[in-house]
Parts: sequence; structure tokens; C-alpha cells
Amino acid sequence: MTATAPLHEVQPQSALFESILELIRRTSTQLPDDVVRAVTDARNDEEKGSNADVALDVIGCNIVLARDSSLPLCQDTGTILFYVHTPAAYDQLTFEEVATDAVRAATKKGYLRQNSVDSVTGKNTGDNTGPGSPVFHFHQWRETYVEVKLMLKGGGCENMNAQYSLPHPDLGGRDLKGVENAILDSVLQAQGQGCGPGILGVCIGGDRATGYSFAKEQLLRTMDEASDDPELAALEERVVEKANQSGIGPMGFGGKTTLLACKIGKLNRLPASFFVSIAYMCWAFRRRGANLDMQGNVTEWLY
Amino acid sequence: MALVKLNTPIDEATIRSLNVGDTVSITGRLYTGRDAVHHRIHTGTKPPVDLAGQIIYHCGPVMVKEGDAWVCKAAGPTTSSREEPYEHEVIRDYGIRGVIGKGGMGPLTLAACKEYGAVYLHAIGGAAQVCAASIKRVDGVDWLDLGSPEAIWHLWVEDFMAIVTMDAHGRSLHQQVFEESKARLAALKSV
Repeated sequence: MTATAPLHEVQPQSALFESILELIRRTSTQLPDDVVRAVTDARNDEEKGSNADVALDVIGCNIVLARDSSLPLCQDTGTILFYVHTPAAYDQLTFEEVATDAVRAATKKGYLRQNSVDSVTGKNTGDNTGPGSPVFHFHQWRETYVEVKLMLKGGGCENMNAQYSLPHPDLGGRDLKGVENAILDSVLQAQGQGCGPGILGVCIGGDRATGYSFAKEQLLRTMDEASDDPELAALEERVVEKANQSGIGPMGFGGKTTLLACKIGKLNRLPASFFVSIAYMCWAFRRRGANLDMQGNVTEWLY
Repeated sequence: MALVKLNTPIDEATIRSLNVGDTVSITGRLYTGRDAVHHRIHTGTKPPVDLAGQIIYHCGPVMVKEGDAWVCKAAGPTTSSREEPYEHEVIRDYGIRGVIGKGGMGPLTLAACKEYGAVYLHAIGGAAQVCAASIKRVDGVDWLDLGSPEAIWHLWVEDFMAIVTMDAHGRSLHQQVFEESKARLAALKSV
């Protein structure tokens, strides 16, 4: 099946518009179940009455309040990242226009904060649009439907992202030990500032731009989805285990839960380069998705 | 550790009695102020409100106008370290007694807290609805030209909870956790 639907005629209020608006609402207000489970389980590890315990208790209350009142989990509704797979003949330009209209509408409704600011003048566009916002990553595929995933990544955790170039005098060489030390250094530097307990997306390799981008894409994996590569899967576990012995804890208050998960992928690199790119995600890990038919109706919610 | 009720404006003696680890429950006025507000004050503009004895909340809320009234839809703390170059001046020049934010602040702020009598209060980052539930009214706004998230919102809160993580005795939980975690991770390093 090809994209025979006249998508260029799609107007706001179309099925696609409504689907994207609802996807934004769900993403901003309802933490995915796998993340809720991880945050809830973490509380069992903390000493009752400790600051870490209090932090996780408040986080738990916040998750329920946001869901029940259909209001943003966090006021920083972050960078708006769409990851879209479409059949080959699908009109991606129209998708982008309609999704951007849905972003404007979601901002007006208060699902999204006014978060797009001119980098030189500081002027806020007021509707979350402008150069670089929202962000679209389009990929074609051979399926006959559209898959759209949305991630909202707040500025607090985005500021904690880090990129290392190996070898590094303190952290080590171009091997998985060096990679591990670099990742743990980023956790040390972040402390509580990225709103931990955090979830890391990591890319080994690539160039500086693709490394960061691929690191973020690792966060599309579910919390319990380990790497297919046994060496990387083992590294993912080791990073979480060591980070949780650091004592940084939720919000950096001290405690046992510093990371909830670590997702590592790799890209080929130039012989001359060896980057380790780390995307730090806060506990308010807002990512959701939907499969859409060619008219833009949701056929299945993801996550 | 204690649970301490605070009403704004707050006097110096009350602030100096607080210790790292105490939980506070705040009732009264909070003024939001983040990057653009601090920068504007730093470059010489006087704040439009009297900040003496007050608390600045590092927060860029989601605000929606319903009729003539502003309604706060979400209002958790933002990362405070960005205000580190400026906050000690605001404490010194305008007599604020507290800052609410997340992630903690650095040595300049810590020294100002000790010298002038102020504390850093840590709210739970990301918990925008729990924080918003304590905000009972939005009484006004200044400097809206900076954009809604950057403006000075006049919030009225009841029982807003936060944890003292930097006190007026020169103690910082953030400094302590950083040093401890650095030592622990150094011991766990792969070689």
C-alpha cells in the first residue's frame, strides 16, 4: 500500500491533527508504564524517611496528579522531538505542517510551555515553533503505516548531556573501560542537576553530531530492553550498578538510586575519532508513541 | 532534621535557625525569577517588587490566561546553578532570605547565605503538579516582556514543601554529596 490518501489536503482538526495533539497531551501528562514501574520500585531501595525516600514519594504523587488532572508532569515540557517512520510515498511535508499546528494548539491548551526562544534576542515565539522547533526525525520504512514517537526532553537534563573524546588523560583509552569511566564521570558531574534518578542514552562512536543524536535515540528503547550486543548489555548493567553505588541518589540528596537505566548503542567512527556521547534523561521521562493509519487515525498506542 | 513552618516575609533569626536536612513548609508570597530576571537585575535594573525578607523561586511556570486571570498549570523548580553568577548580589542588595530551586548552587551563593542570612531550599525537580498544588493564587506578574517562563510571577502558596540543602552556617549538602560520590566513583573506576 502506498500513500494514496490526499494528505496535502489535510487541514487542522483532521484525524492526523487530533492524533498528534492527543499524543502530545499523553506524553506531557502521563509517564509511560515502564518508567512508572522503575521509579516506584526504586523507592523500596531507599531508607524510609530519608530525603531520597521523600523525593521519590513526591515524584510518585506527582505522576498520579499529572495523569489524573491531565496537566504537565513537569513545567519544562522540553525539546519536542518527533521520531517518525513513514511508508516511502508518504507526504512528510504535510505531516510536519500538521504536527507543528498540533504543537501550537497544545501550547495554547497548556500541555506545553512556551519554550522556543530566539537564541540572540531572547524573544519567545510563544507557540513553541521557530527555527529548530519542533524537531522532526523522519525515516522511511517498508511498512504500510506511520509510526510516530514523541519525546519531551527538559532543559535541566539536556544541560547535563556530555560528550567525551577518548583517549582521555583521567578516564582512559579507546576501549569499553574508557567508555565506562567516561559515562560514570558524566553521572558524577551531573549530580542531582538533571533531576535524577536519571536514564542515560549513550552512543559510542559516530561524529559529534550523530553521536548525540543516536544517544538520544537509545532512549526510545523501553526500560527493560537490553542491548542486543552482549558486551554492551553487560556495560549497561555495570554502569547502573556502579552509578547506584556513588551515593548521589534522587535529586542528588544522597541515596541508592542515581540511575534507573542506561541504554548504549554504537555507530562506526573515523579511525581518528572516538566519541562517547551521553544523553541524560530526567526521571520525568516523557516518551510516547502511536501507530497511525494513512488517514492519521491512531491504530495502536505505543509504550 | 525538623519540619519548620515558614511564613514570608521571613526574618533573619528564623533563617539562621535552619539546618541542612530540615524540611520547610512555606506559606505566603513567592516571586519567580530565573535566568533573564537575574541577568536584568545584575545589569542594573531594580526589581519591580520589594524583595526584602522574601523568597525567589527559580521556576518558569506554565501559565494560561483564563478570562482575566492567570492560572498556573505547572510550576516545578528549574536548575539553579545558572543563577550562580548573580544570586549572591541579589541576596546582598535586596535582602532575600531564601531561594527555591533544584540542583543546588555554588560557593558564591553559599558564602552570601552565611554572610547575609539566607538559605537554599530544594524543591523536587520535575514535580510540577505537587508544587502547583501548593500555589493557591497568581496575584500578578512583572517583566512579562521577558516571556512567560522568564517573568516575575507573584505566587501565593500554602504549605509549599522544600528541603534545606544549603544553610546560613556555610553547610551545603550538594558539596558534601559531590565529594563523597567523587571518592566512591574513583574507587570503582575501571583500570
